[in-house]
Amino acid sequence: MSQQSAEAHAPGEVGHALVMPEPKRDVLARRAAIIADLRAIVPGEGVIDSTIEMRPYESDGLTAYRQLPLAVVLPSDTAQVSKVLAYCHANGVRVVPRGAGTSLSGGALPLEDAILLGMGKFNRILDIDFDNRTVTAQPGVTNLGITNAVVHEGFYYAPDPSSQIACTIGGNVAENSGGVHCLKYGLTTNNVMGVEMVLITGEVIRLGGQHLDSGGLDLLGLIVGSEGLLGVVTEVTVRILKKPETARAVLVGFPSSEAAGECVAAIIAAGIIPGGMEMMDKLAIEAAEAFVKVGYPLDVEALLIVELDGPEAEVNHLIERVSQIASGLGCMTLRASTSEEERMAFWAGRKAAFPAVGRISPDYYCMDGTIPRKALPRVLAGMIEMSEKYGLACANVFHAGDGNLHPLILYDANKPGELERAEAFGRDILLLCVEVGGVLTGEHGVGVEKRDLMGSMFDETDLAHQQRLKCAFDADGLLNPGKMFPQLHRCAELGRMHISGGKLPFPDIPRF
Amino acid sequence: MTDAAPVIDRLRPRDEAEVVETVRWAVSDGRTLDVAGTGTKRALGRHIQTDATLDLSALTGVTLYEPAELVLSARAGTPVAEIEALLAASSQMMAFEPMDYGPLLGRPRGEGTLGGLMATNLAGPRRPFAGAARDHALGVRAVSGRGEAFKAGGRVVKNVTGYDLPRGLSGSYGTLAAFTELTIKVLPRPETLETLLIYGLDDATAAKAMSAAVGSYYDVSGAAHVPFALAGRIPALALAGTSVTALRLEGVPPSIRHRREKLEGLLGGFGGLGHLEAEASAALWAALRDVEPFAGDLARAVWRVSTAPMAAAAIGATVVQAGGACFYDWAGGLIWIEMPDADPRAELVRGAVAKAGGQKSGGHATLVRADAAARAALDVFQPLDPVTGALVKRMKDGFDPSRVLSPGRMYAGV
Repeated sequence: MSQQSAEAHAPGEVGHALVMPEPKRDVLARRAAIIADLRAIVPGEGVIDSTIEMRPYESDGLTAYRQLPLAVVLPSDTAQVSKVLAYCHANGVRVVPRGAGTSLSGGALPLEDAILLGMGKFNRILDIDFDNRTVTAQPGVTNLGITNAVVHEGFYYAPDPSSQIACTIGGNVAENSGGVHCLKYGLTTNNVMGVEMVLITGEVIRLGGQHLDSGGLDLLGLIVGSEGLLGVVTEVTVRILKKPETARAVLVGFPSSEAAGECVAAIIAAGIIPGGMEMMDKLAIEAAEAFVKVGYPLDVEALLIVELDGPEAEVNHLIERVSQIASGLGCMTLRASTSEEERMAFWAGRKAAFPAVGRISPDYYCMDGTIPRKALPRVLAGMIEMSEKYGLACANVFHAGDGNLHPLILYDANKPGELERAEAFGRDILLLCVEVGGVLTGEHGVGVEKRDLMGSMFDETDLAHQQRLKCAFDADGLLNPGKMFPQLHRCAELGRMHISGGKLPFPDIPRF
Repeated sequence: MTDAAPVIDRLRPRDEAEVVETVRWAVSDGRTLDVAGTGTKRALGRHIQTDATLDLSALTGVTLYEPAELVLSARAGTPVAEIEALLAASSQMMAFEPMDYGPLLGRPRGEGTLGGLMATNLAGPRRPFAGAARDHALGVRAVSGRGEAFKAGGRVVKNVTGYDLPRGLSGSYGTLAAFTELTIKVLPRPETLETLLIYGLDDATAAKAMSAAVGSYYDVSGAAHVPFALAGRIPALALAGTSVTALRLEGVPPSIRHRREKLEGLLGGFGGLGHLEAEASAALWAALRDVEPFAGDLARAVWRVSTAPMAAAAIGATVVQAGGACFYDWAGGLIWIEMPDADPRAELVRGAVAKAGGQKSGGHATLVRADAAARAALDVFQPLDPVTGALVKRMKDGFDPSRVLSPGRMYAGV
C-alpha cells in the first residue's frame, strides 16, 4: 500500500485487523541478553536497539502497518550474516530480512519479537563481466545501480520496477520484481543467474553463477520470489543486455477502454511483442496531464503507450504496423514519437502517474492484480460498481501487455473509516481478479497485505505443498513469519501422511 | 542403447483422480513408481529400478489456448508435436525451442510429451535470449508423492502469488510430483530467419566473435560454434571444409537485412563470412538443437555442460585432448561433448568444468548418454555440496516422504 501520508495508527503497533504471529514471550524477556550476544557478532553501530533509532525501520512501503522490531541488525559481510542467523536459529529468535524497505505488500514489516536484518551495508558491485554479460552485486545495490555500472558500455539490467532508484537487487530477488518491460524481457527470475545465500542454520550455499539453468533441481527458481521466507541472499549474479539501438513509442487515444484493450490484443495477435505497452484510464490521464503537462489528449477514455525497441529498421517497420492496427480499430488520436525527447514525454506522464494521483487525493492505495487481458472490460465495469459502493474514486494504470493492473484507490486517511473502505475496495478488486482467472499479485508480492486472501486462489492442499518447501528450508518458521501464508502449520504436522493403509487396486485403471 | 525394462507393471491412469489413486496405492503398498509420459527420455538420469511405471500418456489434450493472451494449457501427456502444430497454425511457438532428445538417445523424433518437456526443463539454441522451459512455466497441476493433487502458479504471465513451484518443479524429473496439467507462456513465431557464418575460427576466437555478436545491438537469437572435426556431420555445414561459427537472425525481413549488414561490418575481421537462407538455416539450427552430430554412434558417452561462455574453450580443449569431440551452443555457454567410447570419464569432464569456471562461473556437467551400468554407478547430475544435498533431501521428504516417485532418478536417496 503506498499511502503517502497515512498516519492512521499510533506508532509502535500494527494497524487494523491484521493478525501477526503471537510474539514469543521468552524472546521478549531475553531481549537485553540477545542484543548483547548480537553485538558480539556485529560490533559497533551494527546493532540498533533504541526506540528512536529504530523508528525509521518500523514500516516498509506499506505504511499503514508499523511495528518496532526487537532490534535492528546491520551486518556487513556474509560471515556476520551466517553467525547472526546461526545464533537466531539456536536461540529461537525470529528474523525479518530487509533491503531498502520499499515493499508495497508489507513483506519487510517488522515483528515485535524479531530482529530486522537490514542488508543496506551490502552495497558493492563485485564483478562486471562484459564478455559473459553478467554483473555480480551485493544484495543492497539498487536496481538502477546495476544499470548505472554498465551503461558506459551500452548495457543495462532489464527488470525496471518503478521504485528502481531505491529498491535493491536483493529485494528484487525476494519479490521477483517486474516493471514495464517484462513482457519482452522477463521478470527478475528470468534475469537472475546465481545467488549466494545463507540458510537460517547459518550454512552458506551458492546456486547458479555465470551459467544458465540448474544442473539439478531448480532451487534458484524457488528462491526468487520467496519473499524472504527461505533464506538471506548475500550475493546476486544477473545477466545484462545491450541497450536496444532504438526505441520509439506511439501514443494512442481511444473512446473506450474496451477499444484500447482490443488494440492490445490485435498487436499481440499480429506477432508483435512491444518493449512496453501501458494503458491509462481517464482519471489517470487527467491527473498525469495536470501534473506534467506533456500533451496527453484529454477527450479520450483510454490512452495506450506502445513502445517498440530494437534495431532501427525493425522499430520503424513495426511502428508503421502498430499505427495501422490502431487506426483500424477506431482510435481518436495517434502520435508516433519522432525524437527521443518526444518519446520521453510520452512516458513522463505514465511514470508520474502515481505522484500525479497523489496530487488530487490526500492518500491513495495502489493495488496489483493480474488478469487475462480479455477480462479487462468486466474488471473495469466491476471496479466502477465498487467505486460507487465504497464511495471512493479509482484511477487505473495497467501494464496492458501482461495484464498487470494497478488500480489506485483515492481516499483520505484523516476521514474516519476511509482507509478501511479503501482496503475493502482493494480486497474486492483482487477477488474479482481471481474470479476472472487472474491472480492476487503480479509484482508487489503477497507479504502481509494479501496473505489472508491466499485462500481465494489456493486450497488447503495447495498451500500445504507450498509450506512443505518452507519446512525444507526453515523448519522452525523463524524467517519472516506472518508473511505470505494465512496460517503457518507446524512442519511436523505437515509431514504426516494421511493415507489409510490397504490395497485399493483401482479396478478401473488400465494396467499392462 | 537399450535399457533393460525395469518394469513389472505399467499403470495408465486416465485422469488426475486416477493418478492420485495410483500414487496412494503405491504409498500404502510400499511400491515405487517410474514417472513417465511416453518414455522417450527414460535413458536420461540415473538408472533406477521401480516396481511399476506411472504412465501419464493417457492424460492428453490441450485444455486452453488463447493466442492473444499468449497462454496455453494442456494435460501432461499431450504430445509436444501436437502442441507445436497447434501453435504454428496461429504463427506462435514455444520460444524456448525445446530440443528433441530422440536422435541422441536412439529413438524416433517427435514422440515426447509436454510433461516430459517440463520435467527435464528442455531448451534450445534460443536459451540465452528467450529462456528455457522453466522460464515459460506459468502454472502446474500435479500429484505429489503424498498422493495429493495440488496446483501452483496461474494462467497469466505476471504472477508472484506464492512460491514459484511451477519453476521449482521444472527439471525435477518426476522426483517430487507427477505433472497432470501444465500452463505455459507462448510467443509469436518470427516471420523468417537467416544465418551469418564465420569460417575457420578456433574455439577461443569463436567465443570472442560470438560474445561480440551477442553483445551488439543486432539481436542475435542463436550463436553456435562447430569445430572442423564435427562440421562434416551437419549437412548444412558439410561443404565448409573448416570450422563454422553460426549466428542466427530472426524477425521481419527489413530488420534481418539491416542487422546482417551491421554484423558483417562488426565481425568481418574475424574470418571469412558466408550466410544461409531461411530453409538451410532452419535445418542447421534444428540439427544443433537436437545434437545430431552425436546421433551416429549411440555407444559413445555424451555430456551436456553449462558454463560461462568465455570458460568454454578451455573445457573443450581438455575434451579434445582426451580424444573426445565437442561443439558449442548458447554463445559458448552450452557444450555438447562426445567421448571417444562408452567410458564417460566423469572426473576428467567435471574437473575441466570446475577448473575453467571456478567459483565465480560455477557450471555443471550432466551425463546425458551412457549405458545403464554407468548411469547407476556415476553421478549423472552435477554432484551437490553437502548442505545443498541435505536441502534437496528435505524437499523430497516434504513432497514424497515414502520415496515413491522415481526415487534415485536424480540423486541417490532422493
